[in-house]
Amino acid sequence: MSLFYAFLAIIKRDLLLAVRRRTEIANPLLFFILVITLFPLGIGAQPHLLQAIAPGIIWVSALLAAMLSLDSLFRSDFDDGSLEQILLSPYPTSILVLAKIIAHWLVTGLPLLIVAPLLAVFLGMPTQSLGVLLLTLLLGTPVLSLIGAIGVALTVGLRRGGMILSLLVLPLYVPVLIFAGNAVEMAGSGLPVDAQINILISMLCLSLVLAPWPTAAALKMSVN
Amino acid sequence: MFLIPNAVVRFFHRMASPPHFYAFTDKVMPWLIIIFVLLTGFGLYGGLYLAPADYQQGDSYRIIYIHVPSAWMSLFIYMVMAISGAIGLVWRIKLAEIVAISSAPIGASFTFIALFTGSLWGKPMWGTWWVWDARLTSELILLFLYLGVIGLYGAIDDKRVASKAVAILALVGVVNIPIIHYSVEWWNTLHQGPTVTKMDKPSIHISMLIPLLLMALSFKFYYLIALIQRIRIELLQRERNAQWVKTKVLEQN
Amino acid sequence: MKNNIISRLQGQDLSCVRDDRILFEALNFELNVGQVLLLEGENGSGKTSLLRILCGFREPDAGQVLWCDNAINDSQYYDDMAYVGHLDGVKKELTVLENLKVSLALGQSGHYSIPQALAKVQLTNFDDALVQSLSAGQKRRLSLARLLITKKTLWILDEPFTSLDKQGISLIESLMTEHCKAGGMIILTSHHDIALPNVDVQRILLS
Repeated sequence: MSLFYAFLAIIKRDLLLAVRRRTEIANPLLFFILVITLFPLGIGAQPHLLQAIAPGIIWVSALLAAMLSLDSLFRSDFDDGSLEQILLSPYPTSILVLAKIIAHWLVTGLPLLIVAPLLAVFLGMPTQSLGVLLLTLLLGTPVLSLIGAIGVALTVGLRRGGMILSLLVLPLYVPVLIFAGNAVEMAGSGLPVDAQINILISMLCLSLVLAPWPTAAALKMSVN
Repeated sequence: MFLIPNAVVRFFHRMASPPHFYAFTDKVMPWLIIIFVLLTGFGLYGGLYLAPADYQQGDSYRIIYIHVPSAWMSLFIYMVMAISGAIGLVWRIKLAEIVAISSAPIGASFTFIALFTGSLWGKPMWGTWWVWDARLTSELILLFLYLGVIGLYGAIDDKRVASKAVAILALVGVVNIPIIHYSVEWWNTLHQGPTVTKMDKPSIHISMLIPLLLMALSFKFYYLIALIQRIRIELLQRERNAQWVKTKVLEQN
Repeated sequence: MKNNIISRLQGQDLSCVRDDRILFEALNFELNVGQVLLLEGENGSGKTSLLRILCGFREPDAGQVLWCDNAINDSQYYDDMAYVGHLDGVKKELTVLENLKVSLALGQSGHYSIPQALAKVQLTNFDDALVQSLSAGQKRRLSLARLLITKKTLWILDEPFTSLDKQGISLIESLMTEHCKAGGMIILTSHHDIALPNVDVQRILLS
C-alpha cells in the first residue's frame, strides 16, 4: 500500500513540476506541428500525394517528437540529486521509474492526441481513419516513452547524450512505426485493422512489464 | 549449475582470470589460425571452383559464400554479445564484459559485409543496388543497433560503467531483434507483395551446400581469432597497472 | 531501527581505483550504534567516492560493504539509510512542504512530523515558499530536515556543513548528537572540525 502511495507521490510531483514549467508540455507539441507543416512545403501541396503519405508523416513526426521530449524525463532529477534519492528509496526502483514514465507520457505523449485531428485535416486524411489514428497514438506513444526511457537512462550521465540517444532509441521504435502507420493507412482504405491494433496492445503490455527493469538498472549505472 | 561437470566449471573459472586467459590464448592462437586458413581454403575452392554455376543466375550467385555466412554471423555475434553481457551483469565477471564489447565491432563489420554483398548481389538480380527487401532492411536495422552499442561504449568515459551500459543495451536489443525482424517481414509482404527471396529454392544442391557450411564455419573461426585478439588488447589496457602485465611486457622486451 | 538485530555497518578490504589512481586500498572499518565515522582528507582523496560506495551507487574495485552482516544490495539496507550529498535532492520549482511530502512518501515516517522537523531546522514559516527562493544555507537545512521526517538508522552526509553559518553548524551538530543518542549512526565528510561532545567519533584519514 505504501508502495502505491510512493508511486502516486512521484506521479503527482512530476505533474506538478510540469505545470510549473509549462514549456515542457508545449515544446514537443509545437515540434510535432511544425514538422508536419514542413512536409507539404517540402514536397508540394498535391492533395493526393499528401493524403497517401499522411499516416507515415504523422507517425514519423510523433516518433521524433517523442524522442526529443525524452531528455526531460530524468535530466532535472539527475542534475539536482533527486534521482539519487529515488534510487535510495527502499521501494523497487523499477516501479518508481514506471511512475515517472507515466507522468512523462501524460505530459508529452497525451497532448499529441489532441492536435492529431487538426494535423489529419491539414494533410487531408479521410475522416474514417481518424479514430484509428487516435487509437494508434494512444497505444503507441506510451510504448515510445517506455522504450525511450531505457535510452535516456543509459545516456543521462553523458554531457552530449543527444545524438547517441537517437541512435539507441530510433531503431527500437521501428516495430511501433510499422504497425501503427500501417493501421492508419489500412483504415483509410476501409480495411479491418484488428491485427495491427492487437499487436500494438501486446507491445504496450510487453513494454509496460519489461522496460522499467533495464531503465532502473541503467539509472543505477548512470549515477554511479 | 549441478548439471555442469566440475572440470568445466574449473576451466571457466580459470579462464575468467586475465593472466590465465592471456597465457592460454597464446598457446591456442596458432591452431585457430591454421584451422581458419584450411576451412577458408577448402570453402572457397569448393564454392568458387567445384560448385556448378546456377542455371538462372550464372556465376553471380557465388557471392552467397560471403553474404550468407556474414548474415548468419551478424545475428550470432549479437547473441554472443547479449549473453556474455548478461553473464557480466549477473556474475560480475570482467572477462564476460570484455567479450561483449569486443564482439560489437566485429559483429558490425559482418553486418556491413552482409549488407554490402547483398546490395552487390541485388544489382544483377533486381537491377538496382538497393531494394527495401525484408532481409536487407532488418540487416540495416541490426547495423544501427550495433552502432548504438559501439557509440554508447565510446561515449562513457569510465570503461567499467560503459561495459555495464553495453550489456543492458545488448539485452534490450536482443529482446527487440525478433520483434523488429517479424515486423519488418510483415511490412515487406504488405507493401511489396511477393518479392524474390534469395533462398527460395527449397533444396540447395549438396555441392553448393558443403562449401557454404565450410565458409560458415570458417567465419566462426575468424570471429574467434579476431575476438581473442581484441580481448587481449583490451585486457592489457584495462589491467595496465597489474603485475602480470608488467612482467609480460618485460618478458617481451 | 529493528530491536532484534543490532545495526552495524562494516567495510571490508575496500579499495577504489579512479583513472589509474588508487584512491584507497584495503580499507577496513566497523561502525556500531551510537557512533560517528568522520572521513578526513584533501580534495580528491576519495571521500566522496567512499560515500558513494557505501550508498551502493558505485561498486568497490575490491572488498565489500556489509549492513548487519549482509551485503548491502540484498539486505534491508535501504530501509535504514539516508544520504545527503553535494546535491540537495530537492526540486526548486516545488515548495518546501511539497518536497518534504515526496521524501516522506519515498520512506517510512520517523520521529518527527513535517512541521516539527521544519521547526527543528528553523524553517517554520517557509512551508509554502518555493525552494528556488531559499538561500543556499536554507536549502541545506531543508535537505537535512528530510533526515528527520523519515525513520533511518544510518545517515550518510557529504559535507553537511557547506554554506551553513556558525549557528547552522551548531544546529546540525546538536541534531547529530541527538541522533546518535537515540541509537543512530552517522558517516560524514567534513572540512570543518566537528564538535560532538559525548559521542564516539572514529576518524579515517584518506590520503
